[in-house]
Amino acid sequence: MSSEPILSVRNLERRYGSFIGCTDISFDVWPGEVVAIVGESGSGKTTMLNCISARMERSGGEIRYRMRDGRFPDLNELGEAERRFLMRTDWGFVHQNPADGLRMRVSAGANVSERLMAVGQRHYGDIRQTASDWLERVEIAAIRIDDKPVAFSGGMRQRLQIARNLVTHPRLIFMDEPTGGLDVSVQARVLDLLRMLVAELELAVVIVTHDLAVARLLSQRMIVMKDGRIVEQGLTDRVLDDPLHPYTQLLVASIPES
Amino acid sequence: MTTDALLSVGGVAKSFTMHLRDGLRLPVVANVTFDVRPGECVVLGGPSGVGKSSILRMVYGNYAVDAGQILVRDRHSGEMADLAIGEPRMVLDLRRDSIGYVSQFLRAVPRVSALDVVAEPLVARGADRGQATKRAAEMLERLNLPSALFSLPPATFSGGEKQRVNIARGFITDHPVLLLDEPTASLDAANRDVVVSMIGEKLAVGTAILGIFHDIPVREAVATRIIDVSAFSARAAA
Repeated sequence: MSSEPILSVRNLERRYGSFIGCTDISFDVWPGEVVAIVGESGSGKTTMLNCISARMERSGGEIRYRMRDGRFPDLNELGEAERRFLMRTDWGFVHQNPADGLRMRVSAGANVSERLMAVGQRHYGDIRQTASDWLERVEIAAIRIDDKPVAFSGGMRQRLQIARNLVTHPRLIFMDEPTGGLDVSVQARVLDLLRMLVAELELAVVIVTHDLAVARLLSQRMIVMKDGRIVEQGLTDRVLDDPLHPYTQLLVASIPES
Repeated sequence: MTTDALLSVGGVAKSFTMHLRDGLRLPVVANVTFDVRPGECVVLGGPSGVGKSSILRMVYGNYAVDAGQILVRDRHSGEMADLAIGEPRMVLDLRRDSIGYVSQFLRAVPRVSALDVVAEPLVARGADRGQATKRAAEMLERLNLPSALFSLPPATFSGGEKQRVNIARGFITDHPVLLLDEPTASLDAANRDVVVSMIGEKLAVGTAILGIFHDIPVREAVATRIIDVSAFSARAAA
């Protein structure tokens, strides 16, 4: 196991005027590890995710990322070019609603290829071949490569969004309720795919979910948030099977046993 | 602690605080202390509800502890690591290589076949997938699981079939410490005997086993020592 974290968050705070979005957030993420952030709506988990993925300004604290060359700068120290490189190549962001992460009016193939071209690939045949390979990996038939995502089902769109994110071999993926809008059977397929790809590519993942079953299936570590703060964190199965904080106990007690 | 112990539990205490019940505190065990050495099968005994499963779960890092230490010998460094601190990455490292656990019930993952469930611990340790799958099939065959089931997800299996998948998964690796929570509870006599001989083989190669066996013939066949958990009960004192 790697001994150096890929992402390190210290005392992160985000305020909206006098209202606290999230505060006192500290945790590390190591390569190859999935960390689940759980909590109900309004607990600050999405605010926190948006801050650590540099999609939202923070009000205070540190967010450090291990660059490919080993440097470990705060995201605020990065120049615009480096920040863009991270967003387009080294990181991925999987939105709950695939329409937020896809371009709905260009083909599935173009959706996947776009990020490849952003990292400088120019050879049309290679790009198309890579796109087609990735469609198959996410279980979308290669013959659909020229169809637009508007013609896809919700589950297919979500799988396409995953392919679009993974094609550049990112090292860190942020996910915001990636299975939230899907039917249960479709959700199982997307989850299974995520589980396999994460293990195979040794990705680091920070996944926000309110679904404890999703967290149990995908993550090794879990962070529980309430009112903008971390109330409990630890090994996922420990937090779920022996929750210590009153709020975690309430969350766990609220799901039907199956 | 004996110097060759693979697992050494000292002064461990556990209680549950039920915050949804006005902070009701349920003491479970206190001052749990014992060692398990290579080739030993230590059986946790005592009546239902006395805290046997809680002890196993604490030793696996699945339950937090209130006090005490749980030292597990790291198979790579040879040093004892204190799993009771609960540092997630340390616990995960120990689970991958040093301490295995066969739970009472299999938690089935949708869409994953019985073969892959069994092979997964080997794959996680970097084994070749083909080799791991072959080994998984041998384990399942030995436990008399019909081969027609190998490629199916265990969600729809019977209790005994699930348990055999669980046992195969727990026994496929060579973890030096193995925790068994009633591995034979829903098995027929023939399969129970298979599990008894599998346990014997583990002990012969020096695995340290800590287990719960309510089934008396199985317990008599495998136990090298029985610890009465009533001695650690915190309920009587509370």
